[in-house]
Amino acid sequence: MNRPKMKISVLLIAAFAFVSNLSLASEEPNHHNEADVHAQSHVVGDHDHDSHHLVDKAEFGTDYLLDHVLDSYDWHIMDWPAKDENGNRIEGKYEPITFSLPIILVDDGLKVFWSGKFNHGHTVAEYEGNHYFIYNHKIYSTDNNGTMTFSVPVEEDENLENQGGEPTSAEPQFETVKTTFTKYMHGDFLIPEGATLLNTKPWDFSITKSVIALLVTVFLMILIFFRASSFYRKNGALVAPKGIAGFVEPIIVFVRDDIAVPNIGEKKYMRYMPYLLTVFFFIWITNLVGLFPLGFNLTGNIACTFVLAMFTMILTNFSGNKNYWGHIFWMPGIPVPMKIFLAPIELVGVIAKPFALMIRLFANITAGHIVVMSLIGLIFANESLGWAGMSVPMTLFILVLELLVAALQAYVFTMLSALFIGSAVEEAHH
Amino acid sequence: MYGAVGAGLSVIGAGIGIGLIGGRAMEAMARQPEVMGKIQSAMLIAAALVEGAALFGIVVGMMAQ
Repeated sequence: MNRPKMKISVLLIAAFAFVSNLSLASEEPNHHNEADVHAQSHVVGDHDHDSHHLVDKAEFGTDYLLDHVLDSYDWHIMDWPAKDENGNRIEGKYEPITFSLPIILVDDGLKVFWSGKFNHGHTVAEYEGNHYFIYNHKIYSTDNNGTMTFSVPVEEDENLENQGGEPTSAEPQFETVKTTFTKYMHGDFLIPEGATLLNTKPWDFSITKSVIALLVTVFLMILIFFRASSFYRKNGALVAPKGIAGFVEPIIVFVRDDIAVPNIGEKKYMRYMPYLLTVFFFIWITNLVGLFPLGFNLTGNIACTFVLAMFTMILTNFSGNKNYWGHIFWMPGIPVPMKIFLAPIELVGVIAKPFALMIRLFANITAGHIVVMSLIGLIFANESLGWAGMSVPMTLFILVLELLVAALQAYVFTMLSALFIGSAVEEAHH
Repeated sequence: MYGAVGAGLSVIGAGIGIGLIGGRAMEAMARQPEVMGKIQSAMLIAAALVEGAALFGIVVGMMAQ
């Protein structure tokens, strides 16, 4: 298949995925929960109309801010002022406009349904006889009453201790406390200190907001790089590139000449170029996608950066030659007591260096998002125009800094990966 | 509350570190203007690494809350 046909097939696959989402929606049988009197027909692009769940005006605080930075099961765009049937404004009530995303669970078989069933986390979702609810951004399974089982540490009675002179048991006792989800949501049940939820969690492969970010990044990368490579396929390598190939070529040459060759060496860098290029562009494009408004935040999710760091670690350790492992376990050129002292430290370093890669990328991006959200939130917390006038320039400055950080973090991750790979394939030099 | 205090303290370390890097980079660029590009990229890399270390502290502060 030549390049244009491959590009068309990629676009066709994407379109097919989109259309199959539509058909999935129309096939869904209408399950009626107690709270959902309105039958919800979900077509992608439609918003949830549930007038039973108008929300109050959002209080700007840590939870609101974290909701925008963390992952979630539906894509909440904004709260629209609620109107009743006559078109009059219901004061203080807002209707959340959200797109619901597919939930894919493996719980005795594959269960796929739209996240609208959860009603932004307010109801217990029921699908094919199984019930689920969302607590603390995770999906738990439950029975048809919506029971939540908590394990609460029991406080030792102080008087008993003083009389006996010794505590009654060495370990803290736990008791189980049950409640229902509806009671918890209505605020009738306060979760006691140190309680942990005991309900089981099904295997969760849902398409959440972060997965959508991943798909957007992958789609962009496929688009850009197939077009660039089709230019070279048609015109050969000696013609000055035009179009998107002309944009991408200096960056690729930069990764090769300034990152790969100095760190890995002239002879072996070509094997690792695909990985380094992929990591560089993936992190850069994902950081940029995360900066968009109504954004999808992928690198701010520690699971994503963990996987990237793990790729680097696996690649480094699987391409390590005798020299590399020799340096770790038996560092040459120093007296024997020091060698024995250094071996565990170097072993820890094998794990600690990719760990630092993971934390660096995650914390930079998350911290940037939180700062931007806080600065914008100053306007909402104070609700005055003067604050808006002061806060918008500051936010603009921080956003430009975030653009720099997006590219810089991609560069630092790639450079450190190249450094680790280089130290793994380095030949001994005396 | 102590999480936030810890996070704030680790930012002091980042500030001092990146400030020192920037200062020495300025001096070096003033001494030898022809290697300005290389010094600039080296400065940016070192700043990102120092910031990575400080962000460890911030992440631990976030987790403590």
